[in-house]
Amino acid sequence: MTFARPARRVLIAATSLTALLAAAACGGSGSSTAPAGSGSSAPAVDMSKHGPIEYWQGKDTSGNAKNLIAQWNSEHPDEKVTLRELPDNADQQRQQMIQNTQIKDTKMGVISVDIVWTAEFAANGYVVPLPADQFPTDEFLPATVKGSTYFNKLYAYPTSSDGGLLYYRKDLLDKYDLQPPTTFDEMKTACKTIKDGEKDSKLNCFAGQYQKYEGLTVNAAEAINSAGGVIVGDDGKPNVNTPEAKAGLDAIKGMFDDGTIPKGAITWQEEQGRQAFQDGELIFHRNWPYVYSLAQKTDGSSKVAGKFGVAPLPGVSGPGVSSLGGHNWAIAANAENKGTAADFIKWWASSEIQKDNALATSAAPTRSALYTDPDMVKKYPYMPILLKSIETAQPRPIAVQYGDVTLAIQDAAYGALQGQTATDAALSSLQTKLQGLIK
Amino acid sequence: MATATAAAPARPATGDGHKRKKNALSDGQGRLAWMLLAPTLLVIIVVAGIPVLMSIRESFFQANAGVDPTTGLVQQGDRFSGFANFTNIFTSPDTVPGSYGQIGRFANAFLNTTLITVVCVIAETILGVAMALIMAKAFRGRGIVRAGILVPWAIPTIVSALMWKLIFDEAGVMNRILGSQILWLADSASSFWAVVIADVWKTAPFIGLLTLAGLQTIPAEVYEAAKVDGATAWQQFTRITLPMVKPTLVVAVLFRTLDTLRMFDLPYGMIGPGKYRVETLSIFAYIEATQNRYGPAAAYAIILFVYVLLVAFLFVKLLGADVIGDSAPKKKKQKRDRGAKTAEVPALEMMGGSH
Repeated sequence: MTFARPARRVLIAATSLTALLAAAACGGSGSSTAPAGSGSSAPAVDMSKHGPIEYWQGKDTSGNAKNLIAQWNSEHPDEKVTLRELPDNADQQRQQMIQNTQIKDTKMGVISVDIVWTAEFAANGYVVPLPADQFPTDEFLPATVKGSTYFNKLYAYPTSSDGGLLYYRKDLLDKYDLQPPTTFDEMKTACKTIKDGEKDSKLNCFAGQYQKYEGLTVNAAEAINSAGGVIVGDDGKPNVNTPEAKAGLDAIKGMFDDGTIPKGAITWQEEQGRQAFQDGELIFHRNWPYVYSLAQKTDGSSKVAGKFGVAPLPGVSGPGVSSLGGHNWAIAANAENKGTAADFIKWWASSEIQKDNALATSAAPTRSALYTDPDMVKKYPYMPILLKSIETAQPRPIAVQYGDVTLAIQDAAYGALQGQTATDAALSSLQTKLQGLIK
Repeated sequence: MATATAAAPARPATGDGHKRKKNALSDGQGRLAWMLLAPTLLVIIVVAGIPVLMSIRESFFQANAGVDPTTGLVQQGDRFSGFANFTNIFTSPDTVPGSYGQIGRFANAFLNTTLITVVCVIAETILGVAMALIMAKAFRGRGIVRAGILVPWAIPTIVSALMWKLIFDEAGVMNRILGSQILWLADSASSFWAVVIADVWKTAPFIGLLTLAGLQTIPAEVYEAAKVDGATAWQQFTRITLPMVKPTLVVAVLFRTLDTLRMFDLPYGMIGPGKYRVETLSIFAYIEATQNRYGPAAAYAIILFVYVLLVAFLFVKLLGADVIGDSAPKKKKQKRDRGAKTAEVPALEMMGGSH
């Protein structure tokens, strides 16, 4: 009999543990039913409750998010914000945000949404629409607002943007009296002049990001858009099996074939390209603004410090068209204190805070006025060019199943660039796939 | 077959006796035994049993994915879909260009998994046995060699994946040594071999270590007798070493096979997702799950589970792998023989944490 009572206690404890774990396991499955904000009663999002919230984003590499949050917390002692740092990898960030939505985490208040997740998060009700009267968008760059909008509703408030830039070796171009190119053909001619003059076998002409990952989608879309083609048209229908799109993809393929782009660049992401440019092995390089301050470092890590310039991207048949990047802040559907979440987003997107953050982190702002702000231009001389890049930028396809869409684009582009499939065959099978994915 | 007929007469023997007083030694201690075992059983049920049952359930469901054309919102909830997740494997129009031409993505992953396993395990076995033979020799610095050989095994797989990623980089060490520019990290036949090289490097020591343990149980007198009889070194190896080390070696190979069939982190971390030359079933299932298609992901994982189970079963049946170390009293105790079969599953579960 002495065994009986402890045994029962163990059993009860164990049973509750089982239940707990089973519940946790449930969270991962898709068995949850309609989340808040779905259906036709969408406008009734309660934004009255205030209190502590969590803010979820990727790694705070600059450390400035912590500073700004500390500032907010000292001004709002009853509505404290806690920073939750997620892994550096965007896929893992997305997954953790989705999982915490599915387990109905009420503490997750504000999430930093990559521009390409907007449609998926909005359509699945992971985030709530933002009321237009509280979140005016007229001072923001139109492209960033478009990227945060889904079915005519704003689901995220633009907080940072991004656009591609052409980095070029100013010293070499000046030496041969050349201007930054606006088309790929001009770029090739410039390269020929420089390479003939320099006689440096290690010097390559151009590279972007062509490894099979999101960067390839960005680069392929840029080539296709700059040739006058589209992947998904303005009507929301895939239209990639066109001569223009083929011209775009053929342009990159051609540059691989004739050695304009080094063969190894098929395995390059941002960092490998940046490394090559900093080592002085590339004359032209397509990359994001973050490269600027790193390539400008004079601690010996960059051989091109002070020797390079920044220009708008070149294109196939005219000036280049950047793919739009950036992160925008949204209110998580299950957040308890949506009032605080809304206030926090508005505060962060305000002109002063964005400027403070941009100066500290080089994150591209979303407010047009900041691009001509004297402090900004002084610190980041490329600001006017970046503004041009973002103003003319095109969003990547807006799709609920974006993960499948981007993989389909990568399949087509990678197969074509590796020479496994002809470009027209790759594009026609991409068109078929996209028609199944985007309805 | 043999065990089934042999087990038949054993059943009435336990059935018609008094169940409780069958064994004088365990008399009255059954409840204590259950209580002592309960925590372990509970943990197994909670961390293995329930999730497996739940994923089996999951594999018969599909998430609703229709988009409302006016609001753009996605329908919520799941619906029962029967065997659709399994049959879609054969009917899906989603084909990918892998090493075997343009075929279905599941078939491609399945073939990759099998081919990687076969190639890796053969190479690992040969290298591992060679390592064990070296480690078994008495020589100066043997300790350092043993420790050195084990280093790759001690490094977490994802770390070695990233390490090999640097080595196989287009401008990395491997290409410098070879003096060529092989694009290992693209999506080509070389990517496949990059995975094989890294996996063999990492896990041959595991086979080596287990084989070494087997070698050390071989008495020295056997070799002395062979020497006296004038056996050559090769004869000693094939007639003495191999047969006597076989029981240990088969278990080591079995563990490696089961582990390699579930390979995920090496190709994923080194070559990357969406690379059809090296996409294994685990990677495919994972990618499906991250796209919130839990039903198909569960179906693929279950097929992999059954495949692994089948391979383990064949190993035990054909090669006589003795996983739990009770092969000796097989004839005497049919009950334990039956136990051996159910014990395979825990043995598999144990392997789950080792990779």
